[in-house]
Amino acid sequence: MTAPTAPTTPPAPTTPVAPAAPTDLLYSETEEELRSAVRALLTDRCDAKSVLARAETDRPHDPELWRTLAVGIGAAGLLVPEKLGGQGASHREAAVVLEELGRAVAPVPYLTSAVLATEILLGCDNAEATSLLRELASGRTVCAPAVPLTLAPGAPPPTPVRDLGDGSLTGTVTSVADAVAADVLLVLADTGLYAVLAASARLTPQVPLDLTRPLATVTLDAAAGTRLADPGTARAAVAGALLSGAGLLASEQLGLAEWCLTETVGHVRGRHQFNRPIGSFQALKHRLARLWLDVASARAAARAAADALATAAPDAPLTVAVAQAYCSGVAVRAAEECVQLHGGIGMTWEHPAHLYLKRAKADSLALGTAGHHRGLVADFAELPAP
Amino acid sequence: MTAITADQLLARVRGLLAAHPPADTDRTDFLRARFDAGLAWVHYPEGLGGLGAPRSLQAVVDAELEAAGAPDNDPRRIGIGLGMAAPTILAYGTEEQKHRFLRPLWLGEEVWCQLFSEPGAGSDLAALGTRAVRETDSGDWIVNGQKVWTSSAHTARWAILIARTDPALPKHQGITYFLCDMHAPGVEVRPLRQITGEAEFNEVFLTGVRIPDTHRLGAVGEGWAVARTTLMNERVSIGGMRIPREGGMIAPVAAAWRDRPELRTHALHQRLLELWVEAEVARLTGERLRQQLVAGQPGPEGSGMKLTFARLNQEISGLEVELLAEDGLLYDDWTMRRPDGVDFTGREAGYRYLRAKGNSIEGGTSEILLNIVAERVLGLPPEPRDDKDLAWKDLAR
Repeated sequence: MTAPTAPTTPPAPTTPVAPAAPTDLLYSETEEELRSAVRALLTDRCDAKSVLARAETDRPHDPELWRTLAVGIGAAGLLVPEKLGGQGASHREAAVVLEELGRAVAPVPYLTSAVLATEILLGCDNAEATSLLRELASGRTVCAPAVPLTLAPGAPPPTPVRDLGDGSLTGTVTSVADAVAADVLLVLADTGLYAVLAASARLTPQVPLDLTRPLATVTLDAAAGTRLADPGTARAAVAGALLSGAGLLASEQLGLAEWCLTETVGHVRGRHQFNRPIGSFQALKHRLARLWLDVASARAAARAAADALATAAPDAPLTVAVAQAYCSGVAVRAAEECVQLHGGIGMTWEHPAHLYLKRAKADSLALGTAGHHRGLVADFAELPAP
Repeated sequence: MTAITADQLLARVRGLLAAHPPADTDRTDFLRARFDAGLAWVHYPEGLGGLGAPRSLQAVVDAELEAAGAPDNDPRRIGIGLGMAAPTILAYGTEEQKHRFLRPLWLGEEVWCQLFSEPGAGSDLAALGTRAVRETDSGDWIVNGQKVWTSSAHTARWAILIARTDPALPKHQGITYFLCDMHAPGVEVRPLRQITGEAEFNEVFLTGVRIPDTHRLGAVGEGWAVARTTLMNERVSIGGMRIPREGGMIAPVAAAWRDRPELRTHALHQRLLELWVEAEVARLTGERLRQQLVAGQPGPEGSGMKLTFARLNQEISGLEVELLAEDGLLYDDWTMRRPDGVDFTGREAGYRYLRAKGNSIEGGTSEILLNIVAERVLGLPPEPRDDKDLAWKDLAR
């Protein structure tokens, strides 16, 4: 039992990685208030039963819920400056919203419209983009980037869409998340970035693994687009948006993992077998204690990413890559443990565990896999492949 | 009195430095002056090396003193005293005990060790069998038994000791806590050579050791409650160290990866990146814990840090040995030595790999810590136990 207490000063890093700037890893009072508002709304309007019922219809999104979240609470405009009609908040607040949305596997286009599309538009400095941004910030318009959900930061964006001249766009993009809920699509074509009315595109819903984030194939056949950026600006804007999206997805994964842990702990405390609560067996206690450790660590990683994005820290790309490389796996593990430790009920359609497992697994592919993000870590930390 | 502010503390530190310039002051004289100025551990009471200030302000004092090139009290050599004996004496000691022991402890004039674990009482520490019997005439306690895994016993002047004073009571109730003079007749310290070739630890045999009742800490039979204070502080100090990005165990592996491209393989690369990420996340988790403490909202995450570091230290040092290829077959030195401190990351890869095996055993095994997290943090029910109400003397052993 006797143990050393004062380990030697750890060796100084010999790394080319710049020392991390002071990072605020806690939640401010304002952030906690925002969380309470979002959680109250979701508790009221987005319980597991209604999410499941809606997922089985051909309208998986909940437009009423979106309106209250986006307009009522003002969550759609968190990343948009006040002078452009937004809340002038930051990634830290958006991260808190995503934690709650993850906890409820809410079928709303927040990550796509309020984060990815919003960040792309923030990267385009012109009147058309600004006016669209105002509409997004107000929550009246939903906008989805017409890129595959798997598109990752650091990966070259594919440009399957060609401009036939004068913004007449033709091409097909697969796995576009939330396209069916969008009013406007942001299309990356060979000649730049375009806004295209969703009504002028052909949307073919795909059957998604994650029922709460619908996917569609977007087909453009000489569709009219409004040009928002030249190819260089467009690429930079999309790259910035993917970085933010990946960093904030970590918070969604955190919320999701937290729900799975809490739900599972509650279950094993109440479920009796062999004349005792199954949560008193060490085999289960140790699994849940390890999962709790993982979730506590995921919280630090996700908060670090949100703070690095909010403060535009020079090492934000590394911090985001670390958060994604870590939190993806934690969310999947939490959902898998949730299914397993619920026993038979965890395999049923009736219990919501499967919604979380499907979201977690799909999230682990969204915006780059953990392996892709570890590759980015290798670049940033100068740990090159053989 | 309202709590002292950071500015007032800084003024006090500057006053100390002006009156005792480190460059012209003997190390011991400086440390004594620092203690007497209340700048040793600012959260301790006045007169005992502190000022009753918030614990978080210690960092302000340490930074200012370090910048001025002031000597420190070599915390590595006296870790058990600082991390475990002192907070327990502060919490349970009489005024005489606090004034007698805390100053020489902090100054490093008296090294402390911990006589808790026994060959038959490891994870089940409360089952310990070292006996303390009170002598009717003198009122002294006579101690007989054997302790083990005792770091610093060979350099220690004093020990914190728990012993059984009533075998007829259930195990948690018959224990009493003592301060034991390591120079007393009947105390025998034998080195315990370990997996690394060194002997950081010792076995301590206690044969008819006499302890005056004035060296009892807390009431007779209350030793388990007192020991819990010690153990809580032990885990905090093991998991609570602050490290820079890519500091600690990952540093030498990352350096070797960069310096020796001929060692790189794809399989090792994937493991290196996974562990690098985990080490960075562990650093952030520790940082978040510290921010919570400073903000006055301590979280339960502290219970988990030691678990994380134990696992990571073992995995990372294992990877390092493998990365080094032929050099991984070698060991720097098997000579039996008795270091006066503990070093997780020093020396070479083979040493780091072997020493890290202790990280999931010392200070509470990882298995016991997982139980603690499950029960105290997650509120899961304890396993049924039939030993809690049995007299210690009737336990299976």
